[in-house]
Amino acid sequence: MTFKHWLKSGSPWIWLNAGAITISMIMVVGLLTLIAVRGFGHFWPSPIIETTLTDADGESITIIGEVTRSQTVAADVLRDAGLEVPENLLLVNRYLIKQGNRDVWGRDFVWYSEIGMGEWDYPRDVMRLERREWGDFYGYAVRLLANGTVVSEAVDEGFWAELQARIQRSNDLFDEIRGIERGAIGSINNALERVRLGERRLELNREAGRIDQAEYERRMADFAVQRQRLDEDYAVLQAQLDQLYVDVRRDTLVAAVADGREVEIAVGQIIRAVQPNAMVLSDKLGFYVDTLWDFFSGFPREANTEGGIFPAIFGTVAMVLIMSIIVTPFGVLAAIYLREYARQGPLLRIIRISVYNLAGVPSIVFGVFGLGFFIYFIGGAIDQQFFPAALPAPTFGTPGLMWASFTLALLTLPVVIVATEEGLSRIPSTIRQGSLALGATKSETLWKVVVPLATPAMMTGLILAIARAAGEVAPLMLVGVVKLAPTLPIDGNFPFIHLERKIMHLGFHIYDVGFQSPNAEAAQPLVYATALTLVLIIITLNLSAISIRNHLREKYRSASD
Amino acid sequence: MSDLPLSSSDQPKGWSPGRTLLPSGEQRARLRKWRYFKNNFSRYGVGSGGIGVVIALALIFVYLFYEVVPLLRPASVTPQTGYVIPGDVHAETYYLTMERYQELAVRFSSDGVATFFEPDSGTIRRQFTLPIPEGVTITSFTAGEPRGRLVAFGLSDGSAIVAQHAYNLTFPDDRRHIEPKLEFPLGEVPVVLDPDGRTITHLALERGSQGYIAAGLTDDGRLMLSRYTTTTSMFTGEVEVRQQSHQLPTPPGQTERLLVDSTHRSLYVADTEGRLHYYDISSPAQARIVDSQQVVAAGEQITAIDFLVGTLSLIVGGSDGSLSQWFLVRGADRVQRLAQVRSFEPHSAPITAIAPELARKGFYVGDAAGTLGIHYATSNRTLLKQQLTERPITHIGLSPVNRAMLVLDNTGQLNFLNLRNPHPEASLQALWGRVWYEGRSEPDYVWQSSGATDDFEPKFSLIPMTVGTLKAAFYAMLFAIPLAVMGAIYTAYFMQRHMRSAVKPTIEIMEALPTVILGFLAGLWLAPFIESHLPAVFSILLLLPLSMLVMGYLWMRTPATLRQRLPAGLEALLLVPVLVLVVWACIAVSPFVEVWFFSGSMRQWLTDVGITYDQRNALVVGIAMGFAVIPTIFSIAEDAIYSVPKHLTQGSLALGASTWQTLYNVVLPTASPGIFAAVMMGFGRAVGETMIVLMATGNSPVINFNIFEGMRTLSANVAVELTETAVGGTHYRILFLSALVLLILTFLVNTTAEVVRQRLRQRYSNL
Repeated sequence: MTFKHWLKSGSPWIWLNAGAITISMIMVVGLLTLIAVRGFGHFWPSPIIETTLTDADGESITIIGEVTRSQTVAADVLRDAGLEVPENLLLVNRYLIKQGNRDVWGRDFVWYSEIGMGEWDYPRDVMRLERREWGDFYGYAVRLLANGTVVSEAVDEGFWAELQARIQRSNDLFDEIRGIERGAIGSINNALERVRLGERRLELNREAGRIDQAEYERRMADFAVQRQRLDEDYAVLQAQLDQLYVDVRRDTLVAAVADGREVEIAVGQIIRAVQPNAMVLSDKLGFYVDTLWDFFSGFPREANTEGGIFPAIFGTVAMVLIMSIIVTPFGVLAAIYLREYARQGPLLRIIRISVYNLAGVPSIVFGVFGLGFFIYFIGGAIDQQFFPAALPAPTFGTPGLMWASFTLALLTLPVVIVATEEGLSRIPSTIRQGSLALGATKSETLWKVVVPLATPAMMTGLILAIARAAGEVAPLMLVGVVKLAPTLPIDGNFPFIHLERKIMHLGFHIYDVGFQSPNAEAAQPLVYATALTLVLIIITLNLSAISIRNHLREKYRSASD
Repeated sequence: MSDLPLSSSDQPKGWSPGRTLLPSGEQRARLRKWRYFKNNFSRYGVGSGGIGVVIALALIFVYLFYEVVPLLRPASVTPQTGYVIPGDVHAETYYLTMERYQELAVRFSSDGVATFFEPDSGTIRRQFTLPIPEGVTITSFTAGEPRGRLVAFGLSDGSAIVAQHAYNLTFPDDRRHIEPKLEFPLGEVPVVLDPDGRTITHLALERGSQGYIAAGLTDDGRLMLSRYTTTTSMFTGEVEVRQQSHQLPTPPGQTERLLVDSTHRSLYVADTEGRLHYYDISSPAQARIVDSQQVVAAGEQITAIDFLVGTLSLIVGGSDGSLSQWFLVRGADRVQRLAQVRSFEPHSAPITAIAPELARKGFYVGDAAGTLGIHYATSNRTLLKQQLTERPITHIGLSPVNRAMLVLDNTGQLNFLNLRNPHPEASLQALWGRVWYEGRSEPDYVWQSSGATDDFEPKFSLIPMTVGTLKAAFYAMLFAIPLAVMGAIYTAYFMQRHMRSAVKPTIEIMEALPTVILGFLAGLWLAPFIESHLPAVFSILLLLPLSMLVMGYLWMRTPATLRQRLPAGLEALLLVPVLVLVVWACIAVSPFVEVWFFSGSMRQWLTDVGITYDQRNALVVGIAMGFAVIPTIFSIAEDAIYSVPKHLTQGSLALGASTWQTLYNVVLPTASPGIFAAVMMGFGRAVGETMIVLMATGNSPVINFNIFEGMRTLSANVAVELTETAVGGTHYRILFLSALVLLILTFLVNTTAEVVRQRLRQRYSNL
């Protein structure tokens, strides 16, 4: 075949078409790989390098840190930036090094070019400290102090074990402190707030003339007693806390940073100390599992750039659950109505197309509706009616968990309706007719034969709805998701489920940490890890929906044969 | 019937011969009733539930409309009470205004008295007489910007007295009490304006950031300008006034009115022949007339003139009832000249009173026929025109929050009216047309919803965001359509069956990928990557299709034995290593290309040749959003092509057509409506996408189609601004309007696609 023939045969077009799908697939796989590698890689202990950098005047500095990434830039660009680059060089590599120690250096991520850079060493005793404040610390341990006296020198045998034991102790103390703060003090604050609202309600009742002065004073006295008791409890707890804070401040670690300076770090500030260069594979695996667990179960720190994403997972799950409870019955009812009861005709066709099309309406529109209608209109009315004591602070007239769930329920209604309708339409009419022929009424046929058979379709719809809701962010920014919620929506305080509270959400967490955070570089690995979590959840949900759907199709294919 | 005896174990308990197993008739009737009831219950229950859901979904439309409609409503006034003006009826009223709670109003009159009264009844609360020296009379009056609450009286001895009406707010017994007072910011002794001591016939006064400025015309025709700065003594609390006086060139013609702006840079003189003269007084010693303009029709006179809030614009009312807005515009020669910016719906009688709003660019107009007009400058709207009296309206006093007004006619009859004018800023012109905003040299489309100062003019043009939305969608479709449609053609028609069953779900599952993840990758990974590998991006775009063709040609040249060993439909698989290699090579070579052709950095080179480059630009959005809509388009287009009835293609092939000919001449024409529907659906999704554009663009509302610049879309604008607006305000409702626009747009697009798809399905079943 000649080239001319080949052109005329249409074969080039086939190859171009093949190329299109290949590019799409490469992009999909590449995207998932990128997220997976960055997300999973975040928890793996990366080695710490130590090297020297000598500038043109012969001055040299020591750098300790982790290599975050490297880049090749034209030498001219660096020359323009004022760096001295040898004449014969065309391209220069540079490395972004996470050198931590934000309290010492000011900047924790710095670009260094390879010019003048010495060999990379991986000293075994260099350590990384994960701290509660100021980010990570890189350097060498020097000695350990307890109340100002030396306990152990770094050269001593068993120093590392001693340090780990003391870190463990301070972490235990911190857990205790947090337990008291979040648990006991949290419920006291909650009770105090209820007392305050109770007093306000009494006052409103008296003003409205619903109770007389004597009744008012009697009940006010009750509240005063309650308040008194709560204040006493609080004082006890506060004393306990003060003691714990003193305990936690006992130990201090003296450590040397890259330029040899010694700094003091309170052991209470340290969450974890590791020497990644000295770790063997099993240590690394253990560390990996450990940090992964902390990521899923921990609370965020440092403006969300460190720590875990537990509140975000919790918020997402709570919101999606409440949404499911609302959307399932209504979606199924609407689908049954449209398919089984409504009179089929042009009007119904219009309604059906409109409902289907709502699935394609931008989600932000639902968010706008949710903010205007649910929050300001309905929420405002609820506050006036049921929570006058809390006014002017809104209870339901402000974004919160319930309204986020409602908005998402509305958003995902079309998904459930479409899936359920499809399931209903797939059920062979022979089954229906058989049931009716045996004398069952329409409702009996529906509820005992048709609906049970269509349950998998409803499940599919629900799962798709959940997957969509879990990944949706734009409307949630308007109706109840915040960057940092002080409390979880479900806790041990009456009434246990707090529908009016604001929540954190995985998707919004990604947006917020990636784009609103003051230290974007430090936050990036965490964003990838969060994104990975979200992708995994959503892909799992979708795969299960697809497998249910396929299973269902097979089932009815045999039933209708 | 057999007569075999039943064994006792088969018999139900309590059975005895002669009784039937069926429930009694009564029970059966009850059961039937119960079943009937359940049937009906289910029917109506499901019916009401289903209709409820449909209504709830319809509510979205209704509610958005409900929030938007007030934007279009005109203003309204409801007369409350009317009475004879409090104070001396025979004295001429100079000025009328109200404080923000509408509990007190104040009238300044020619007898030098400030009368504070209750606007709803006319009861006088307090009266202050100005400390005018013996033997001196009041000869002129002026009021500064209403929000400054300053007034000044020009006196017959060439001096002026400046007063300020103020209100003390206290809450004795939890009830609001407002106590009026009169303050003298330049002291109770009149300040000298004309050192020669001639009568001040016209006066203008304004407070600025550096003090006070007053302009006065004396009865011998000299124009005097004075700046006053005050220092308050720390110990005694006494006010010391320092003064700088200048004599300006005499204005031509007979002066009607003087006006001075709050930046103390411009002085305007209106004369009796309908001309307006602009003095540049930024350095008073060199002040001169820069520009003179005829601001009303020839032969007509200026009957009322006043500043809008901010003292940038002048509203001129003429004796022919015309109303126009003027401000200074810098010309090509960098000289500021007066320009007529817009004219308003004219009145039928001479304009007699103009009262500007205190915080917005609106103004209230009274004319000689007793008609009240409410106009708004930016939106060029006439919100109300209503006959209030039979007599000429001489003064309008406005509440600072635009809730009430006082209207005085020339007989001294004062009317107190309630006012509703919540959303004058929006009009079709303001939202969708070019608007000439204050301080700009020409009309333009601008979105700038809030500013730093109180007198900021909000700019609510939806055009920048609409263009941004279309721009983002356009680049996304440019990226997505070829990949998705061609991919769909290959997958549906050429691809091997097993591979198809893996490829299709993989692409489709990407539809569920949260866009926040795409947006984050686009903003934090792709945007910096593209910025530092620009040559790679362009070479990939160019080389990828080329490499496919080369690979195809080379494949054709390989020995037939090798080719035939592989089943057909694996081209896509063969291309994987080739394409990966090409991409890798392009990226690897990219820095060298930059060094060789673009002196080190292509981004810098682009800037040098005059192309603006933002890191987060339309290219990034195009790729990220294109990626998001590929699954949508792919899935629907693939379905449409795949379900083309097989007998059509088989017929074509049997007649000797090649696969490509069959595809091109049979399959594609049949499936084209489906492909069209797919593209529409993809477009609908791209238009409404929020998170990707929010994260992958700079969100600046600019109008251009440059691929290297960002944009702001309607959806991102709503997401960014809605939580920061006042509920129920104009801005809030305009954001609802943009949501409504999005809703209607996507709804139309999706409906078209859905109808096309259903038609297609019908057609396939008929084929």
